[in-house]
Amino acid sequence: MAKVGLDGHDRGAKVIARALRDAGMEVIYTGLHQTPEQIVETVIQEDADAVGISILSGAHMTLVPRIVELLRERDAGDVLVVAGGTIPAGDVAELKRLGVAEVFTPGAPTSEIVAFLRARAAA
Amino acid sequence: MATTEKSFTTISGVEVAPLYGAGDVEVEYERDLGRPGGFPFTRGVYGSMYRGRLWTMRQFAGFGTAEETNARFRYLLGHGQTGLSVAFDMPTLMGLDSDHPRSLGEVGREGVAVDSVEDMALLFDGIPLGEVSTSMTINSPAAILLAFYVCVAEGQGVPRARLRGTVQTDILKEYIAQKEWIFPPGPSLRLVTDMVEWCAAEMPLWHPVSISGYHIREAGSTAAQELAFTLADGFTYVEWALERGLGVDEFAPRLSFFFNAHLDFFEEIAKYRAARRIWARELRERYGARDERSLRLRFHAQTAGVSLTAQQPEVNIVRTALEALAAVLGGCQSLHTNSYDEALALPTEEAVRLALRTQQVIAHETGVVNTADPLGGSYFLEHLTNELERQAYGYLERIEELGGVVAAIEQNFFQREIAEAAFRYQREVEAGERVVVGVNRYAVEEEAQPPLLRVDPELERRQVERVRALRARRDAGAAERALARLAAEAASERNLMPAILDAARAQVTMGEMCDALREVWGTWRETPVF
Repeated sequence: MAKVGLDGHDRGAKVIARALRDAGMEVIYTGLHQTPEQIVETVIQEDADAVGISILSGAHMTLVPRIVELLRERDAGDVLVVAGGTIPAGDVAELKRLGVAEVFTPGAPTSEIVAFLRARAAA
Repeated sequence: MATTEKSFTTISGVEVAPLYGAGDVEVEYERDLGRPGGFPFTRGVYGSMYRGRLWTMRQFAGFGTAEETNARFRYLLGHGQTGLSVAFDMPTLMGLDSDHPRSLGEVGREGVAVDSVEDMALLFDGIPLGEVSTSMTINSPAAILLAFYVCVAEGQGVPRARLRGTVQTDILKEYIAQKEWIFPPGPSLRLVTDMVEWCAAEMPLWHPVSISGYHIREAGSTAAQELAFTLADGFTYVEWALERGLGVDEFAPRLSFFFNAHLDFFEEIAKYRAARRIWARELRERYGARDERSLRLRFHAQTAGVSLTAQQPEVNIVRTALEALAAVLGGCQSLHTNSYDEALALPTEEAVRLALRTQQVIAHETGVVNTADPLGGSYFLEHLTNELERQAYGYLERIEELGGVVAAIEQNFFQREIAEAAFRYQREVEAGERVVVGVNRYAVEEEAQPPLLRVDPELERRQVERVRALRARRDAGAAERALARLAAEAASERNLMPAILDAARAQVTMGEMCDALREVWGTWRETPVF
């Protein structure tokens, strides 16, 4: 569970992290103010099956694709990438085109996120 | 699941009885309520309240570069708003210039980019600073943005002593909730105290701090937590100022507050009334304030951003109207109403105009302004006011037991409480126990989103060029000397404001000043809990 860029809104990221942990998943929360490079490093160090990127600052079209790109560069292109935050519908479509598996916007229940990750992340 | 007894609670979990009567409330009129404008100010800070003067209609605004935000300011003033409120972008909030590597993609996205005194001048182009009041939502670099504002006013020929407005500056709630910190708590509190001290002497009409609960609530706290944590922060600033050697009545009159206006109607009104009562009592009894102005808790309110839905966003108009009504019935001095599209993006012109109209309808068409504290004496409201006060004191005691606010921050006390409350709320929503119209009940097939504000990425490029050009153009020697002086003053115990002002005049950028301070003071890293 990663917070990328300068955005400090961590309520959603923390609620989801806890919901995933309660659902039996191993969760690592990166904390705030992570650069794309730091996030990718953490994903690789922790051998994560999936990374959830939370961003509410409006900078998602710069930072999220950068993470996807770096994962590919570091041969971690099979890591499932999901995102969430204040992301308008038009940008959701574009992010999915760039390799983000799903975008969970305001109102998405944690149960839906849990189900998605269970189904899609590698065992 | 069939149950014979459904529990009815406020959105914060406070139990509500089916009916309240005279026997349910313990209130002594003079001791607990008083008249509006008189101790303990439960019923309002001023005798005449809105008959004398309406609350300031102050819409938070900012995006792109100074020019775009200046246009939005003028639009809002043209449509009847009565105070300005500046939203800065993430780089500015975090003390980074627009051309810093970590600002990439972030410039102008969440607010306006301000790197220098020149940007500030452009921001207020055509706006006479002697005739408006301006609130700036800025915390870690607040002293710097205040210095920029003062310099721009100087340029307009307006003496600083005539300037009206507020800088948020409330660093404690950053560690707790908004997370826009730079430096560790010690140096940050020194800087806040520098501002309080300097403003007490130089800017008698200015609020150097806006002690905030809004963000604490947005992060997920309950109303009682919002109340308690905010007041605890306020008391901490009072203690630091007293420690500095200031008399309480020298600075307390200019402390202001900022609360959330959330959905649970009566709970919010009770919260504001309890806040006023607790503050008045503590300032008088614990801190020895004698000036009545020190006892008046004056606050700005903002309707709850976190209550807005992305689904059926027009329904947010209704939510915001009800939240705004609660803030008015609770006696706020200043109010921002959210736009209906803000769960999706920054507001469009059309959306923010409607938000402003919401306030104007309340002010001019509903009649609620005709008398002070119109709901005072309601059995339910007085009970709830007492209950929130009781719960708040419970938290204040716990915070004291932990060693005070800073110690509690370092122990992650607030952060854990907030995360717990946020998780509990989410669980209630997902279990269907807490209804969110359009989301977990009365949903419709996904509809097209309304037209949204898009921030042109070209603006980032322009701003980056602008700040680089400024650095190239200025007197390099003067800037260097001013920066060196700032670092030296930061390492001393002298008030930092004069050095910051000199640096501003020498065209030192905000990011450069923050970097110099980072060198001296270090940076804060949180140990996150979820």
